Amino acid sequence: MGRISDETLNAMRQSIVDGAPDTASDLARRAIAAGVEPLEAINDGFVPGMHAVGEQFARGQMFLPDMMASAEAMRAAMAVLDPELKKQGADRPVAGTVVLGTTKGDIHEIGKTLVGTLLAAHGFRVHDLGVDVSAEQFASKARELNADIVGVSALLTTTMRNQRGVVEALVKAGLRSQTKVMVGGAPVTRQWAEEIGADGYAKDAMTAVALARSLMEQKPVPEPA
Amino acid sequence: MKPHFQLLEKELIERILGEAFQLIENPGVRVAPYVFDLLREAGIAVKDGVARIPEPLARSLLARVPREFYLYDRKGNRAVHYGGNDVHFDPGSSCLNILDAESWQPRPAVSSDLVRLVQVVEMLPQFAAQSTAVVCNDVPAEIGDWYRLLLVLWHSEKPVVTGAFSASSLHVLLELLAIESGGREALRNKPRAVFDVCPSPPLNWSEFASQNLVDLARAGVPAEIVSMPLAGATAPVTLAGSVTQHAAECLSGIVIHQLAHPGAPIVWGGAPAIFDMRSGRTPMGAIETAMLDVACAEVGKYLGLPTHAYLVAGDGRVIDAQVEMESGISAVLGALAGINMISGAGMLDFLACHSIEKLVIDAEAIASAQRLIEGIEARGDSLALAAFAQTGLQGDFLKLKETRALFRKEQHFPSAVIDRGLHASDTTALDILQRARQRVEELLASYQRHPLAPEREEEMLAFAQREGKKAGLEGLPGIPTLEYARETGLIQ
Ligand code: B12
Repeated sequence: MGRISDETLNAMRQSIVDGAPDTASDLARRAIAAGVEPLEAINDGFVPGMHAVGEQFARGQMFLPDMMASAEAMRAAMAVLDPELKKQGADRPVAGTVVLGTTKGDIHEIGKTLVGTLLAAHGFRVHDLGVDVSAEQFASKARELNADIVGVSALLTTTMRNQRGVVEALVKAGLRSQTKVMVGGAPVTRQWAEEIGADGYAKDAMTAVALARSLMEQKPVPEPA
Repeated sequence: MKPHFQLLEKELIERILGEAFQLIENPGVRVAPYVFDLLREAGIAVKDGVARIPEPLARSLLARVPREFYLYDRKGNRAVHYGGNDVHFDPGSSCLNILDAESWQPRPAVSSDLVRLVQVVEMLPQFAAQSTAVVCNDVPAEIGDWYRLLLVLWHSEKPVVTGAFSASSLHVLLELLAIESGGREALRNKPRAVFDVCPSPPLNWSEFASQNLVDLARAGVPAEIVSMPLAGATAPVTLAGSVTQHAAECLSGIVIHQLAHPGAPIVWGGAPAIFDMRSGRTPMGAIETAMLDVACAEVGKYLGLPTHAYLVAGDGRVIDAQVEMESGISAVLGALAGINMISGAGMLDFLACHSIEKLVIDAEAIASAQRLIEGIEARGDSLALAAFAQTGLQGDFLKLKETRALFRKEQHFPSAVIDRGLHASDTTALDILQRARQRVEELLASYQRHPLAPEREEEMLAFAQREGKKAGLEGLPGIPTLEYARETGLIQ
């Protein structure tokens, strides 16, 4: 197995920061050809690029279209590296699996999508159910994907109460002990999150990432199968 | 001459409309099952939820839209003229929060906040119309939309800019209006309210929006399309591209609406905004947002339609120089553009927060804008010669009859919110926030409620209590006699 030169690692990192999918997948392919461990390319090459992007965004120095391009570059690199990992019988290390959506009756999607993009940028596997999502849909997707976290967005005072419905649906499905719930959206407050028995609230996308990370830490370590 | 501001050349407007007509045919417009049959019967192909509207049909329906209409006050007088270059202002709508005037912190709004706001707006001539400005967090969320209208109808006689949050609640709002007007026919003949209806960008008339358009058209109550392209996120990044999308959304909305009832009144309106590429927020105070609003209205005017826009809102979280700069600039631009209804005054924090104190400050910006569009007039036979003939080089203009006769026409006198050095000794110490707070209290003290006819009042209360009860509401917060109904045993 070859080791990756610092120069290549930097180039990988830079391809993500620059949002250059062709360069990223090219670097990934060349690394594989050189016999590099896919995990090393991911963890030491590409992921640090995404972290840099996230940090720059949090400081107001990164623009959203650029960040979208970075996410695209990350996907391009992973499209090459994921199958290699699979060949080894390994799985991509994920920070956690999140099922995300906007609650029933509500079609506001921008904030939710932004949260999803940043979570994905920080290593979470995100399944975005879109808008107008029923509590049952949240629960069944959470079961299907064995989700660690369910994220529910609501922008209307009238649809906010459906966030409570999602918590209840998870209880009903017997998933509540293993699935954390985080909520957000303009009318949502920390107090509301507590009232409905959610595990956390975040006021914006970067805080949502921090919240998701801390929720992962709170999760009980799964029993070995 | 009335001063007028124009941002788009004729050629560009025609290009915008040309592309907008193309867009509604290809890729077409997403519509809801509620209108499939209506559209198909008119010969529009609807497949997989997407309607492809041919330009000739859209143009023929466009021709049926009334070029002007009025909103009426409670007494039945014409109070708002939608049409031509007439300009009116109303406060922003449906805020979640209110800026608390004690702590200057936002908090969830309650009924008593809306009542205060309505009473202040009632006393300010700058606002031709009320709006259902905040959602009252002390009533169950599912009745939040109509409850606002109840309180406005109860405490105001001005026309109302309102809107439903769902398809079914529209009928409760319409019923409240019908009760106050004395029946559905009376409401149709002299509508007191206009309803905002929002398509979802891009090019999507959702179930609830489609249904609102159709039901409003059939009820003969004016609809106001509030198309909201967000440049770069839910619409093309260029301002011209977003204006084109706005036009396509309005055109397709008009098609649905006019097919439901030809000749029903509808407004070419919107709340377009840019999408801030650093934060993902939608800044209402950005100059590009104001440019979008003005340009969208210009396209509507080119078609000869009544217009609406969202301006006079600022994005900061507290009332400060930023917020008032943003609000003042856009008030002036909207007025100069001749937009019939300009909503948004009083709003902060990206449309999430309302402030009564900001409303009274905005009212001063609006008054300035209103003065501006009166323009400069040549009064009398000479401009200066006659005055000089009387006073010569001595320059005693203050003593002239002409001065006394005309100064009120020439100058607008702002309220004490604006520091003109009038009370040098006792008010210089007050800053603008304190002056605004004082003004609010003065306006509230001068407010007097005009009751409805007793039988209508009773009917409205009975209806509201019945509807409220379904959602578990007891008593009617914001309506004094029934506020504490539970304790006084008024509720059976
Ligand atoms: C854009 C917008 C729309 C667009 C949405 C476009 C789209 N594709 O998403 C359109 C035009 C479709 C729309 C429609 C309507 N809207 Co609207 N809309 C807005 C507006 C101006 C901005 C929302 C936004 O995108 N903000 C930018 C994003 C980045 O911020 P955000 O959503 O808050 O998300 C951030 C955080 O909240 C958090 N977050 C969000 N979700 C989540 C989830 C999790 C899990 C976590 C942890 C964090 C998190 O992180 C995000 C990123 O930083 C708000 C005003 C506001 N200030 O919120 C009104 C607003 C929410 N809308 C409002 C209304 C009334 C409506 C309509 C009912 C209007 C009508 N009468 O037709 C319809 C609703 C239709 C429906 N059934 O959903 C009201 C709500 C009032 C109320 N009391 O509930 C508001 C407050 C504006 C107002 N004053 O009128 N709207």
